[in-house]
Amino acid sequence: MFLLLFLLIPVFAAILLLFVKKEQSVNTIAISAALVTLLGAVYIIISKTSSFDAAWLPLLNSRFTLQADGLAKILVLLTAISFPAIFIATSKNQPTQKNIFLSLMLLTQAGLMGVFLAGDALLFYFFWELALIPVYFLCSIWGGEKRIAVTFKFFIYTFLGSLFMLIGIILVYSHTGDQSFALASFKQAHLTSGMQLTAFALFFIAFAIKMPIFPLHTWQPDAYEQSPTAVTMVLSAVMVKMGLYGVIRWLMPLFPTAFIAHSNIVTLLSVIGILYASFIAIRQDDLKRLIAYSSIAHIGLMNAALFSHIQVGVQGVLVQLFSHGINVLGLWIVADIIEQQTGTRSMKDLGGLAKKQPTLAILLVGFAFANIALPLTNAFVGEFLMFNGLFQFNPWMAAAAGVSVILAAIYTLNMVQKIAYGEISAATNLMPAPNKNAQGVLIVLLVIVFFTGVYPQPLFNVTADTLQQLFVK
Amino acid sequence: MKIIIGLIVLWPLVGFLFNGLGRNIWSKKVIAYKATGYIAMSFIFSVLAFLNVQANGAATVHYFDFINTASFKIPFDFKVDALSSLFLLVITGVGTLIHLYSTAYMKDEEAPHYARYFAYLNLFIFSMLLLVLGDNYVIMFIGWEGVGLCSYLLIGYWFTNATYNYAAKKAFIMNRIGDLGFLLAIFWLIVKLGTVSYGTVLTAESLAKLSTTDITGITLLLFVGAMGKSAQIPLYTWLPDAMAGPTPVSALIHAATMVTAGIYMITRSNILFSASEFTQHVVAIVGLSTALLAATIAIKQNDIKKVLAYSTVSQLGYMFLGLGVGAYSGAVFHVITHAFFKALLFLGAGSVIHAMHHEQDIRKMGGLKSKLPITHITFLIGCIAIAGVPPFSGFFSKDEILAAAFAKSPIYWFLGVVGAAMTAFYMFRLYATTFLGQFRGTQDQEHHLHESPVAMTLPLILLAIASAIAGAIGVPELMGGHHWLSHQLAPIVGEAQEAALSHQTEWTLMAVSVTIAVVALLIALSIYRKKADGEPQTALGKFLYNKWYIDELYENAILNPLNKFAGFLKEVVEKNVIDGAVNGTGKLVQYSARQIRLLQSGQVGYYILFMVLSMILLFVIWFNDIAILRFLFQLTHKS
Repeated sequence: MFLLLFLLIPVFAAILLLFVKKEQSVNTIAISAALVTLLGAVYIIISKTSSFDAAWLPLLNSRFTLQADGLAKILVLLTAISFPAIFIATSKNQPTQKNIFLSLMLLTQAGLMGVFLAGDALLFYFFWELALIPVYFLCSIWGGEKRIAVTFKFFIYTFLGSLFMLIGIILVYSHTGDQSFALASFKQAHLTSGMQLTAFALFFIAFAIKMPIFPLHTWQPDAYEQSPTAVTMVLSAVMVKMGLYGVIRWLMPLFPTAFIAHSNIVTLLSVIGILYASFIAIRQDDLKRLIAYSSIAHIGLMNAALFSHIQVGVQGVLVQLFSHGINVLGLWIVADIIEQQTGTRSMKDLGGLAKKQPTLAILLVGFAFANIALPLTNAFVGEFLMFNGLFQFNPWMAAAAGVSVILAAIYTLNMVQKIAYGEISAATNLMPAPNKNAQGVLIVLLVIVFFTGVYPQPLFNVTADTLQQLFVK
Repeated sequence: MKIIIGLIVLWPLVGFLFNGLGRNIWSKKVIAYKATGYIAMSFIFSVLAFLNVQANGAATVHYFDFINTASFKIPFDFKVDALSSLFLLVITGVGTLIHLYSTAYMKDEEAPHYARYFAYLNLFIFSMLLLVLGDNYVIMFIGWEGVGLCSYLLIGYWFTNATYNYAAKKAFIMNRIGDLGFLLAIFWLIVKLGTVSYGTVLTAESLAKLSTTDITGITLLLFVGAMGKSAQIPLYTWLPDAMAGPTPVSALIHAATMVTAGIYMITRSNILFSASEFTQHVVAIVGLSTALLAATIAIKQNDIKKVLAYSTVSQLGYMFLGLGVGAYSGAVFHVITHAFFKALLFLGAGSVIHAMHHEQDIRKMGGLKSKLPITHITFLIGCIAIAGVPPFSGFFSKDEILAAAFAKSPIYWFLGVVGAAMTAFYMFRLYATTFLGQFRGTQDQEHHLHESPVAMTLPLILLAIASAIAGAIGVPELMGGHHWLSHQLAPIVGEAQEAALSHQTEWTLMAVSVTIAVVALLIALSIYRKKADGEPQTALGKFLYNKWYIDELYENAILNPLNKFAGFLKEVVEKNVIDGAVNGTGKLVQYSARQIRLLQSGQVGYYILFMVLSMILLFVIWFNDIAILRFLFQLTHKS
């Protein structure tokens, strides 16, 4: 019953917002709803596994089942941290009709929560689409100049993936013993090996687009660049995790044979993608595009670690799902402050932030080093374990992917140098007083970065049950 | 014991947080006292830990599990034994002196920046202590990257200067190349042994589980890590550029401590390295080549800090030569003596630069002997020590390495002596050009020449004393000594194999190398006592002056091609090939949809409906799957 709150609170607040116009109250409602959700998330992290089950579509034998194992918990926590962080950090931004904007954001949150909690395939698909639709409106109404074309591409791309997945779901459904969409039934579906391969491919395409895996990634930098930054934060901190989540929740347990059969090729593709995206990141001048490509590289590593299917690597992914979200959120918030205050994202026009706003520069440097997985930041723990798994799978691939560790240092330090160091540029000089709200959020996030970097054990404990289910038969 | 060791590490961390968070609050006096005081506390506790090791032997203490998963765990453990306790003393001892020196050297900085400087410096000591205290390779790696971070922050301390930023970035990236090697070695160990703790990895049982390929691979990868951190060929070019940082930083990080991390790592792993003859040869040859290459470059440099930087690279090369020929305690001995005399030389250089109002070109100095008496005499002691003149400390440590090199191969020894001669030459060239002859700077500079304050001269004097007498810890039995150090390290690196050479050979070798070094330094004195070098005239001179054009080579052969490749990926592959294919597919779908429907509805809904239908159709035809048909049938009938 408790899990239902993660859907009800955002939806309720979203509806409420439609009737409120005053900006102050709009912010208050959105932020309070998000904070209450966060409290709930903290509660389920420390409490035992809980679930919720109710009738939904008896006709199709699909039930409204929510369940929270370690994987779901950690992503629910990430979602629950991200939204209040985004709302507070961007509370000074002034989109037109802010109540509608925030209402759609909250609907997205509900969709995401549903995706991570759903224990029924059809329900999962329902939320998967539900999370996408508000984002479509957010991007196409509040986005940048090229929003229509970019959003259209983004939408068609991911929708295409979803459709493949829907067919896959139906395919597996029709082979379940009890004609049910429940995850448990899906796991026991009688699939011939050929059928398993087909279903695997159908699911995989959806997840691969969402992550995205090279070469299906070209929608992402455009979408990140053109979306309003608050939406970009959701997309890159939380939404890309839907793909990885899908792999862990559905692909790995449902189609073990097909999964292993494809581990070589998908891992290789991911490693190529890591290097490819890292190289491109080196040449970006637009701050948002740089972070976008950097994120593609990081997600690629996570996917490589998943498909190499070594326990320690998958453990790394489970931790990194959370850590990457926190880190990339921090970077986006910094990017947003800079864009809002200087009016540009082009790094060649920036510089001297360390003189103009030292605190923000320090925060930038903090997240930059988390981005390159410096030890004692959270990302080191995840990347160390993931590379470890990859090395066990294939040392050469690990070495090749390892080059990205060097490339990441290059593009990240370039970014720091261009933004923070040097003399104060004309654009930087335009910056008004520091944005205290956003800086406060950044400080909290940075504390999480270092705490989970020095003492990551709580993250291992939360995800232990998922790992056990995947590897101990 | 657990608390004492914990506090050694915690004091600098507290200092970092204190000055880092309070940079806008504290006065410069508070900042200076606190920063130096915390390191001094750390030194006192290091002495306690050292005495404890002397009395009770090595100890390992457990704090918490850093990583503890189903498959393996990495405990957060510290180990104090003879090796790490010696490093503790050097790091915190020299560290305290350099903090003290910095309080005066950096006094012109504004308070927030002054605090930032000391926060970085404290953080550096913290990381360096993690590096040497960790009881497994992962904790070592945490410190390893931590010192790299601090080095980056301190090289780029004056962040408005683009050249300095570039140097900082270069240092970090080159170190990262090495770090990747280190990481891969760690993964390799984990795959084969399931652990990275020294207590398990560095034992005969573990060695037996590793194949020759494993050992060679792991040690070579570890050595790649050492190459980055300790500036060996081919990853050495960052160190001379790192001189962009404040001079005390060069003394502490880029001479005395951080750059010796590679030597520490290999000494710690000596069981592995001794098991692979191939790696040992590689280490010795790389070390020797670096020693010679850097020495030739140092001969022609005119920036006081650059000469010292290349000298550091060269001396590190000697240490690796020592490691490569199995003289682990000799290498550690040289780490210790080098820490004293090189810190001394850098701080002396800082004192000169301070007096000369930030002039670093030795051609514009000269005759400083009378104006800076303390700096002069201490600097001279440093030069004698590094040149290897007995009974100063550098003589003993260098001689030990050379003797071991001779035992392995006389060619190693011969080249080592050639390098030692160059060392004596360029150091006394530096000394004579700076301190002897006539003053060649501006009148204004001459007017302001002054000896540095006590906070700066006191560290110079203490380090000079240490440089002079530190050889006492390793006087060989040959000279009636007892070689305290090698007995100390024996439990870790085994007893030194001095017996390989007869006493007569040893005496001869020693006499030859000392004579050559003294001759070289006298030649340098006679040439440079009166005049400085002009612009290089000969082809060789230009070649050395331009550092063998290695930077240019890297830029043209590696950086530019990679940059072009990245540009090609961004502009051509990404835009035209991949995205082109995506957009092309999209257009194709759009086009055919139009043709088939014969109307331009333009509504997403129709396209999607159409896609769904066609895909289902496709699958039905393709897989002839009755199940899907049955599902569709159910769907339509039930409703």
